[in-house]
Amino acid sequence: MASPSRLTNLACASALILGVALGAGCDSATPGSAARTATREGDGRLVVFAATSLRDVFATLGTDFERAHPEVDLVFHFAGTHELRTQLEHGASADVFASADQAHMDELARSARVTGAVVFARNEPVIVVSTEAAVRIRSLADLPAASRIVLGTPEVPIGRYAAQLLDRASASPLGADFRAHVEARVVSRELNARQVLARVSLGEAQAGIVYRTDAQSAGSLVNVVTIPSEINVSAQYPIAVVHDAAHPTMARAFVELVLSDGGQRTLRGAGFLPPTGSPSAP
Amino acid sequence: MSRRRTTVENATLGLLGGLLVAFLVVPLLALIASTSLTELVEGLQHSLVWPALRLSLITTSISLLVVLLLGTPLAWTLARSGGRFARFVETLVQLPIVVPPAVAGVALLLAFGRRGLLAGWLYPEGWAVTFTTGAVVLAEVFVSAPFFIQAATSAFRRLDPSLVIVARTFGASPFRVFSRVAVPLAAPALVAGAAMSWARSLGEFGATLMFAGNLQGETQTLPLAIYTALESDMRAARALSIIMVLVALALLLLVRAVLRRSSERGDSPW
Repeated sequence: MASPSRLTNLACASALILGVALGAGCDSATPGSAARTATREGDGRLVVFAATSLRDVFATLGTDFERAHPEVDLVFHFAGTHELRTQLEHGASADVFASADQAHMDELARSARVTGAVVFARNEPVIVVSTEAAVRIRSLADLPAASRIVLGTPEVPIGRYAAQLLDRASASPLGADFRAHVEARVVSRELNARQVLARVSLGEAQAGIVYRTDAQSAGSLVNVVTIPSEINVSAQYPIAVVHDAAHPTMARAFVELVLSDGGQRTLRGAGFLPPTGSPSAP
Repeated sequence: MSRRRTTVENATLGLLGGLLVAFLVVPLLALIASTSLTELVEGLQHSLVWPALRLSLITTSISLLVVLLLGTPLAWTLARSGGRFARFVETLVQLPIVVPPAVAGVALLLAFGRRGLLAGWLYPEGWAVTFTTGAVVLAEVFVSAPFFIQAATSAFRRLDPSLVIVARTFGASPFRVFSRVAVPLAAPALVAGAAMSWARSLGEFGATLMFAGNLQGETQTLPLAIYTALESDMRAARALSIIMVLVALALLLLVRAVLRRSSERGDSPW
């Protein structure tokens, strides 16, 4: 179902029995603890803030890194990119920031919180189809045939990308009203790609748009339909060393590992696309 | 006891209580203090606000009605039967208070979802309640009913049993005793319980998001709109939160006023 961090977020809302001050207060509950862990310097603790979609692949890379640098204690903090940006802006100390969105990284670079951001991977949206609708929906053109579609809300990156690619589809031979046809079938706009995926893998929705890496993690619970490269868009994943990193040298070493051939191979294996090159799927 | 000691003890009690008041109120004040009037006005004009506010008021009214219609007879039955089974049921219906809302949402999906436990029996036609406004109401009833049941059960327990016996002796039917004697006598406590329950369903977020989804005008209640706005625009989220706090405050004050007036007049608001 939902990721554990999301569950914790939702669960903390329950503490407010009267529930009047939801969300806002809850959202900043996690940052505090993360920031506190991160501020203990001096030891060999390297703190990496990374977007949730990097969780599995960074865990693998982290094992490689710790093998090469046994003196370093690598600590990951995974959350939504927007949330991580807010935490960094409010002074959370981290050494490395890996973002799932270029715009948030640009903002942090503008306020000099990070330096030397470089794109290390891309992630492309794909259509995931529930097993019951797998026969009917085999291409982007079939998407309006789904009776219940779930997308990300336009406020979050996956929803923005879905809107962009539907616009591009409407400008293609698929027809000017393609986006309208799809949106007429939308039954919910989720707050992150994992929730979209959960809807489809549970069979509540017949189709949804998520990142390829999410789709890959769901295995046989969903069918994956690739979106034609001339229509698809892709999310850039930039990584940077945080400006006042406690361990700048180690931070750079981690960034280098992510950019290295081995790191890139691991990323490819998880479904990420190379930082540059053809926008089509592997 | 010396007068001075009385003063000191009263002050201590007041101080302890005051600490809690401060803890409960300061975050809400911070919310208001961090938002300028212009931001609040801009927030009010945010496209998420009105559909969400309207939906929240409609769904919480319906869920309150459901809770009152089913919860009052349940509380009456529980209060009157002291058996082990009744005690067990009473504990059982309190469980949703303890379960985190997101877990409640998952549980609702597993029971009433398209592939849920009851799907074969509930949805032979292919229609399902998930992603509809009905699902919002179900989620709200699930999380809010325990608050009313608890308040109503203890209110009915406090009633003088002899009143019921007298009414029965005069030939009143059980239904009449319930509606004409028990409910009017317990009315102030019932209204207070209803207010708690309503407030809980107004703030309901996790179960709704999981079970009903998030679509403007259909399932996006105020808390969901706030969380959605939080993803892109912190100021809009704050403005929305303030609106929500104010709406809740206004309605709770209204309930309080009704209660006071009814107790002054010495009759019930029913």
